[in-house]
Amino acid sequence: MTAMLNVKDLRAYYGQVQALHGLSFALNEGSLTTLLGANGAGKTTTLRAICNMVRSTGAIEFDGAPLAGRSTENVVRLGIAHVPQGRGTFTTMTVEENLQLGAITRKDKAGVVSDIERMYDHFPVLKQRHTQQAGTLSGGEQQMLAVARALMLRPRLMLLDEPSFGLAPLIVRDLFRILGKINREDKVTILVVEQNAQLALELADQAYVIETGRIVMSGNAKDIANNEDVRKSYLGY
Amino acid sequence: MELFTNQVLAGIATGAIYACMALAVVMIYQAIDHLNFAQGEMAMFSTFISWQMMQWGIPYWGAFVLTLAFSFAGGIVIERLLFKPLAKAPILTNVAGFIALFAIINSVAGLIWDFTIKQYPTPFGSSPFLGSQLISTHQAGMIGVTVLLLILLFFFFQYTRIGLAMRAAASLPESARLVGINTSWMIALGWGMAAAIGSIAGMLIAPVVFLEPNMMGGVLIYGFAAAVLGGLTSPLGAVIGGFLVGIFENLAGTYIPGVGNELKLPIALALIITVLVVKPAGLFGRPIVKRV
Amino acid sequence: MSAVEDVVTEAPAVEAVPKRAMTLGFGTSLVMLALLLLVPLFVKNFIIFQLTMLLIYGLAVLALNILTGGSGQFSLGQSAFYAVGAYTSAILMEHADMNYALTLPIAGIICFAFGFLFGQPALRLSGVYLALATFALATAMPQLLKLGFFEHWTGGVQGLVVTKPDAPFGLPMSQDMWLYYFTLAITVGIYVASVNLLRSRSGRAFMAIRDNEIAASAMGVDVALYKTLAFGVSAGITGVAGGLGAIAVQFVAPDGYTITLAISLFLGMVVGGVGWLPGSIVGSAFIIFVPNIAEGISKGLSGAVFGVLLFLVIFLVPHGARQVAMVAQQLIGKLKK
Repeated sequence: MTAMLNVKDLRAYYGQVQALHGLSFALNEGSLTTLLGANGAGKTTTLRAICNMVRSTGAIEFDGAPLAGRSTENVVRLGIAHVPQGRGTFTTMTVEENLQLGAITRKDKAGVVSDIERMYDHFPVLKQRHTQQAGTLSGGEQQMLAVARALMLRPRLMLLDEPSFGLAPLIVRDLFRILGKINREDKVTILVVEQNAQLALELADQAYVIETGRIVMSGNAKDIANNEDVRKSYLGY
Repeated sequence: MELFTNQVLAGIATGAIYACMALAVVMIYQAIDHLNFAQGEMAMFSTFISWQMMQWGIPYWGAFVLTLAFSFAGGIVIERLLFKPLAKAPILTNVAGFIALFAIINSVAGLIWDFTIKQYPTPFGSSPFLGSQLISTHQAGMIGVTVLLLILLFFFFQYTRIGLAMRAAASLPESARLVGINTSWMIALGWGMAAAIGSIAGMLIAPVVFLEPNMMGGVLIYGFAAAVLGGLTSPLGAVIGGFLVGIFENLAGTYIPGVGNELKLPIALALIITVLVVKPAGLFGRPIVKRV
Repeated sequence: MSAVEDVVTEAPAVEAVPKRAMTLGFGTSLVMLALLLLVPLFVKNFIIFQLTMLLIYGLAVLALNILTGGSGQFSLGQSAFYAVGAYTSAILMEHADMNYALTLPIAGIICFAFGFLFGQPALRLSGVYLALATFALATAMPQLLKLGFFEHWTGGVQGLVVTKPDAPFGLPMSQDMWLYYFTLAITVGIYVASVNLLRSRSGRAFMAIRDNEIAASAMGVDVALYKTLAFGVSAGITGVAGGLGAIAVQFVAPDGYTITLAISLFLGMVVGGVGWLPGSIVGSAFIIFVPNIAEGISKGLSGAVFGVLLFLVIFLVPHGARQVAMVAQQLIGKLKK
């Protein structure tokens, strides 16, 4: 089986500083993969490089077609949704407008309307607040909104950057349960970057561990979770 | 009392023009965080274009619509050619760019149509409006056209896909790109619309201030004052600011001794500085927090 | 109003210029000075007059350069300070019969105070807002000068005629030549003082504010004081230039100090290279001679030529004359090898 997303020898730079030092990994269609690593390891940079939001070299292929040279919005239009760190909520707009924005590239009006209803089924709290300014939502609600907004694209691949950041544990569990459901039922391939390694490894089927811009370990999520080094460094027991 | 009512109505009429200019300034400010110091000159040039078309025998409203289209296209061309490459340049470079544009347009208008003052027609006439001495038909027309424009813009931004995309691109460009919006073209579109809105202001005020290359100098300063008063991040605020500033200008000129036409510009200056110092975000704008 | 606040990462106001790159070497400075001393001996009076204006505008551009290149604040309103300086000198000379040389320090002090005071509200403004406030100041200035209230002193719309001074001590030189050397002495004095200012503690404080205001205040720089001080110094020097300008032109009138003058000075700074003090004279030459040539071709053309050249500078040599000078230096270095 060929990979849906294939990343080879990815190097990324912020000005003169190199943040990624030749990263390679692949995502299979329908998989739920997690990218683990400490602060500053290059997780966010990896996601940003996929969407061409940072200067990078190397090859990134989506369905066999190279992403290099495409603008961020053109990468997104291929069906790659990116939930950025900090959620990227359009705070001055209503919840419903945020969802409409997620589908702004789609032409099927009826589909968009029914998808908004579907999102309200996934996240009932958003329905309650659909006319409210998104900036007034709590952190957890904004994260739900960000995921819902990304799904409005009907993406084939969804990239999530630390969705658990700043959220209460209970809310994180809820969110991860929904992510698992989306992955299974809607067949959306998911790549989630996390610092909360324990939860991420429970959820994912594949895992990569990244340290100072390099992949240091990869494999089945369960195997990684049982690895002694990982347990000591990331799981803390 | 009649003098008061009269001045307020006259203030609303010129305020409508300031509102248009302020709105044009805010549209570009929202898109690129810069003040277009050449907004007035762009409007002046558009007004000359419409005048030229009328000289060639095109009727007023035909020239009006053609000028809107010309201005819209012109705004986009200016952005693509001159300001898109400056997107990441320091503020100073951008200010220099706007100043250069100001100088070029002013000078070219003078070269083509020379610096003499020209009469500009009004389609509304200048008889008393509905038999009332309070306001002329042209002033009523200025208010009417502006209100119509504002309603159209409101519907555009609130209920169309492109309007929504433009708002998103202006408020959070990175997030907008992540939902697939081509933010670069949204900026160009903002420029086009700003240029078109400015041209309406120019064509409506030209019968009052007469047509000449420096006609928009004072109007632009009041447009800036209006935008600052309403808040540079709020289009609605800019419009309200425009009307407020227009009324304020007229009342100050009538009731404060020593303030006549000759202190028009210093008043705008005082207004701008006062608002910027006392309430930098304006009446309706959002406060800005600088990231270190 | 929503409780939400925007967080923005602002583009830098002005690109940082290293301190060493702000001035000329000692040898180059001496050659320049010798040229400025000798040239008037060989040219006609009208050209001497133009050279005087070159120095005067050079001073005004230098003043803006200290403000923008030094402390990172904008001003599109230098014409207002220039006008106040010019009127101060003219009024003192014509109404109080004061010696022209004595009026200049007074013009400088009054403009310093004006700039310092204007700098107070400007303190809270940065970037485009400051550009806007000063733009409005420049636009409003001619109307203020025309005010009937001041007409007794200012001459209203008519303006004031100023008498040109003779050379003192019976020196055998024309009025124009005397005024040139007089202006040159003041210019050199202010230039040297400015270079020293930027090399001093205050200069370092200016530049720290330019590069990162918040970091500067964290390091203990009194940001408010130094920002207003930069405004004051800049306005003061502009005022002296304005006073000299009034004497050289022999006339002041409101319409001589419109936004066009402010734009010209701004243009001179950009062309000369922001933050490069010697570039001020290049910028000044540009704003004096380009309009002369352009207006000779067609009336009203100079604005367009200014604008087009400004865009060319922005796109091709964003560091202005400094960049050209550096490239030339490198070329000469290569040729020597």
